Amino acid sequence: MTMPYYVAPEQVMKDRAEYAQKGIARGRSLVAVTYDDGILVVAENPSRTLHKISEIYDRVCFAGVGKYNEFDQLRVAGIRHADTKGYAYSRDDVDARSLANLYAQYLGQVFTHEMKPLEVEILVAELGTSEVGNRLYHIAYDGTVVDEQRATVLGGDADTVAGRLDQAYEQGWSLAEALRACVSCLAGPDRSLHADEIEVAVLSRANGRRTFRRLEGAELGELLPS
Amino acid sequence: MSLYLFPPGDDPGPSFADLLRRVHPHSGSSAAPASSVGDVRHATTIAALRYSGGVVMAGDRRATEGVSIAHRSIEKVFPADRFSAVAIAGAAGPAIEMVRLFQTQLEHYEKVEGTVLSLEGKANQLAQMVRAHLPMAMQGLAVVPLFAGWDSLRGTGRIFTYDVTGGRYEETDFHATGSGGRDAKTTIKIGYREAMSRDEAVELALEALFQAADEDAATGGPDPVRGIFPIVATVESSGFSRVADEDVAERFASFLDRRRDAVRGAGGDPT
Repeated sequence: MTMPYYVAPEQVMKDRAEYAQKGIARGRSLVAVTYDDGILVVAENPSRTLHKISEIYDRVCFAGVGKYNEFDQLRVAGIRHADTKGYAYSRDDVDARSLANLYAQYLGQVFTHEMKPLEVEILVAELGTSEVGNRLYHIAYDGTVVDEQRATVLGGDADTVAGRLDQAYEQGWSLAEALRACVSCLAGPDRSLHADEIEVAVLSRANGRRTFRRLEGAELGELLPS
Repeated sequence: MSLYLFPPGDDPGPSFADLLRRVHPHSGSSAAPASSVGDVRHATTIAALRYSGGVVMAGDRRATEGVSIAHRSIEKVFPADRFSAVAIAGAAGPAIEMVRLFQTQLEHYEKVEGTVLSLEGKANQLAQMVRAHLPMAMQGLAVVPLFAGWDSLRGTGRIFTYDVTGGRYEETDFHATGSGGRDAKTTIKIGYREAMSRDEAVELALEALFQAADEDAATGGPDPVRGIFPIVATVESSGFSRVADEDVAERFASFLDRRRDAVRGAGGDPT
């Protein structure tokens, strides 16, 4: 009779975490910052159609890094959650916190109980009526939630980028200032990123009910010095 | 509320209506009452017409319950999304619910798919909702929407009408429906010209509603005392926009002046 090998739970968790971290580290980073009129999300993404950032609801957006099919499934689930909630109750009752909790529960569940953890890190951002009300929920592959007020970085090189962003961040800066800083933080000192290598979206109070908007093409080109 | 995740082969896709059926199988309007319900609120006259740069959609503000006025300022014209509008006639309760579902459906599709449905696709979605409502319509709770929008693929405004069975018909230039629809439609028919301007089209839509209110008890006319005026909206390449109440009030005031002069000039009784 063969006995199953005993593996210590600590080892199991460590292996899974390492596996997920490796998967995430293969992808490019993403930053989200607040600016005077809303929240700006910038991702390094050469694709124009496979988005990392997208709209969830009137004041809520989603961003993910890591394995595309995995975070895209979470994105659609988020839209489903928000739309059914807004339809059953009211548009005002949809918020980022409850969605972030659901994501955290799901990611935590998969991390501890499934064979393979999800190789994703996601962001749920909510635009407040003023700058104080802005929320950035950063959720890791194991379900850990971090609630940030001003800025957060997701992805492989997160610590380095976060260090640069910490230096550059200014309270109440404009969209153009914030965007230039985010792009140079993502690029680092040794290279520069062009408009066609990044994906940019904002949640802006100027946009009416649906605050989410992508910045693309000529508009993005104008905001970024070439 | 929970996170709705489905296995790949069994996913409801971008349809919000299908999602609702999956997660709340007992909600929705599929079960019709056994016998017809008594007097319920009815929303009445709505009209739409095309002009050179888009479409105008207008509706009066009255809801009736049998022979009494149930509401004086109900809204019957709604934005369906950024580039289309939907107006309702018939049983107000289910009609407003249908509009809410339709709006959510269009936005849901847009967010999940990352692209906007074509105007024809939106019109067909609404047809499916009207068809699903047929059992209720058989019990006297008919909902007859009117759908219009800007077709960005063809660069033109388009109008779609429906019947209770979910039949979807495209109108070339204009349509009006509801209890005063006949009078409104006749007015538009007489005043309609090819390639009207936005202003002319808005004026004509207001006149149509005025004439409908003049002939039909269930259609509300302009109410300057309470400041309640028909809702008029336009959809063009820049999107949906509602004509401001003050603008509508001004247009009505000058329209009434012109009519008064015309009646006096003809030697008739101005009352």
